[in-house]
Amino acid sequence: MAESSKRTLFDKIWNSHVVDTLPDGTCVLYIDRHIIHEVTTPQAFEGLRAAHRPVRRPEATIAVVDHNIPTTDRSQGIDEPDSRLQIETFEANVAEFGVPYFPYTDPRQGIVHVIGPEQGMSLPGMTIVCGDSHTSTHGAMGALAFGIGTSEVEHVLATQTMLQKPSRNMRITVDGQVGPGVSGKDLILAIIGQIGAAGGTGHVIEYAGEAIRALDMAGRMTVCNMSIEAGARAGLIAPDEKTYAYIKGRPHAPHGEAFEQALAWWRTLPSDEGALYDREVHLDAATIAPMVTWGTSPEDVLAITGRVPLLESAADGAAREALARKFDYMGITPGTPLAEIGVDVVFIGSCTNSRIEDIRAAAAIARGRKVAPGVRALVVPGSGLVKQQAESEGLDRILTEAGFSWREAGCSMCIGMNPDKVAPGERCASTSNRNFEGRQGPGARTHLLSPAMAAAAAITGHLTDVREFL
Amino acid sequence: MQPFTKLTGVAAALPISNVDTDKIIPARFLKIITRAGLGKGLFDPLRYRPDGSEEPGFVLNREPYRHAKILIAHENFGCGSSREHAPWALMDFGISCVIAPSFGDIFFNNSMKNGLLPIRLPREICDLLMADAAQGDNARLTIDLHAQVVVRPNGEEIHFEMDPLRKHLLLNGLDDIGQTLQHAPAIDRYETARQAAQPWFPTTTLTDPAP
Repeated sequence: MAESSKRTLFDKIWNSHVVDTLPDGTCVLYIDRHIIHEVTTPQAFEGLRAAHRPVRRPEATIAVVDHNIPTTDRSQGIDEPDSRLQIETFEANVAEFGVPYFPYTDPRQGIVHVIGPEQGMSLPGMTIVCGDSHTSTHGAMGALAFGIGTSEVEHVLATQTMLQKPSRNMRITVDGQVGPGVSGKDLILAIIGQIGAAGGTGHVIEYAGEAIRALDMAGRMTVCNMSIEAGARAGLIAPDEKTYAYIKGRPHAPHGEAFEQALAWWRTLPSDEGALYDREVHLDAATIAPMVTWGTSPEDVLAITGRVPLLESAADGAAREALARKFDYMGITPGTPLAEIGVDVVFIGSCTNSRIEDIRAAAAIARGRKVAPGVRALVVPGSGLVKQQAESEGLDRILTEAGFSWREAGCSMCIGMNPDKVAPGERCASTSNRNFEGRQGPGARTHLLSPAMAAAAAITGHLTDVREFL
Repeated sequence: MQPFTKLTGVAAALPISNVDTDKIIPARFLKIITRAGLGKGLFDPLRYRPDGSEEPGFVLNREPYRHAKILIAHENFGCGSSREHAPWALMDFGISCVIAPSFGDIFFNNSMKNGLLPIRLPREICDLLMADAAQGDNARLTIDLHAQVVVRPNGEEIHFEMDPLRKHLLLNGLDDIGQTLQHAPAIDRYETARQAAQPWFPTTTLTDPAP
């Protein structure tokens, strides 16, 4: 077989979704699943309305509210007028256009990237889009999934396709086994630290290797979730027996004979042996420690045993100025050991780390311990069903007895569009995905880390090597 | 969409890399249901002090850059969130061209769908154009999309690469949906063939379809 006939997972999914090719190589790419939420759709529905266009396939679409939704009791509705207006507008739009919708009173409501896999709506070999950059999460199922803007949301609603050129293939192989206390979050933070925040630009990243295969589905979702933080629009992990076991029996997944048919196709998807990648990166899992960010880009990341860099580490004047701004914004002194940095707030949640496995990891550290005095700590499950599951396992009791606040599902403090915000100057240990200036609220200081590391920081009141708790 | 043909104006230099879309327009400005009025929140964390007053050192708070039509930045401009509010905010402020060595992929796509032209040029060229921009109103840049050149104040022309389809759509102010709907029969055929070959492909419903 010729080398060129060997195809990657990305190539196979892409090729099976090309509807038409334009003379310049742009493809009309078919989209199997479209997930929509309240923030990036009002202008798209307005566009459809103005052009008298229907939603082409409402039954390929699922609607849910997550970004704006309060995580405290919402049985009486939503207090903030602008959030309420956006949610009411969304509910009116999905009703008018006939799109299936999980309202916030439904236990199936949750973060877009949690409910897709949870419901069996995100499956191997699919193309999946959503007006949210963390759509890359669904790549953990072996699906080609990427975030799109509002114009593209309107385009997909109207045509069930996207106009796009194929991305380049990149493979990141993490060989070997991770040590204790090292999770999927630490792997992806280490990867971003190595290739940088723009390292994956223009590429789809396929994650491979023993350490990736060893991750459970939640860990794989965490890895794929932050592909965008490495600049890649999509991350992919080849489906395997863990994937199929995860899917089987989920409400919207194929059942019975249909499942067997699907499975036969899914098994053909993994990259061919010898398929070529435009770029290859290797990491050794054994060298990866629990990670934490110190600055205002996800690439500003180090092992918890490290120290804040020195100003002298900057390559040139512009880099030095940028570094000085990061130190100033973060309120940290160059050279400080990371484990000496105190925290005011701990947030366990977001599309990166709010699945049942994440909550179990946090509860395992919190069990029988107390949140440090003066630290505000909250746990926000990724969906109503994750919340129910955690409660059936008694995890909510462990966490609330330790002093954590136990909330309703939503995006919450990852983006601060609801009342869950970090106050100006406050420092937050957060399991979310972005430490950008102002991300968790104006003036908020964010340190990204894993759920177990976040729980450890809540207990001690400062960034902490979770391995001390094992 | 507004066509983009030729643009002459003041350029503002923002010599920062990894300018994320949260910095371009923070999340609290996204709670709107229209596209209008986002210019007031553009670069909010850089442009305003915590008390809401202007940060006098920020380029867009200084003359003549308050009227900038072009922005020049460093690597990975527009990384992060998919929010199309970022190009909407730039356009609402009056900026319809951003020049940088590289861009976040989603921002890059979003921009062109709104008549905002993102131009990729090497870092050293960007630094050269930033030096031009520092001369303010005496040193306007011209962007000619048809010719695919940036014209410096000294008349030197710098070529930039541009996807031919995107160029066509931008020059004519055409949106993608009309373009794609010309392929509607092919989409129909694809759906029919797929339904026949892979009938198990599940659809979404309000009630759990599980038995």
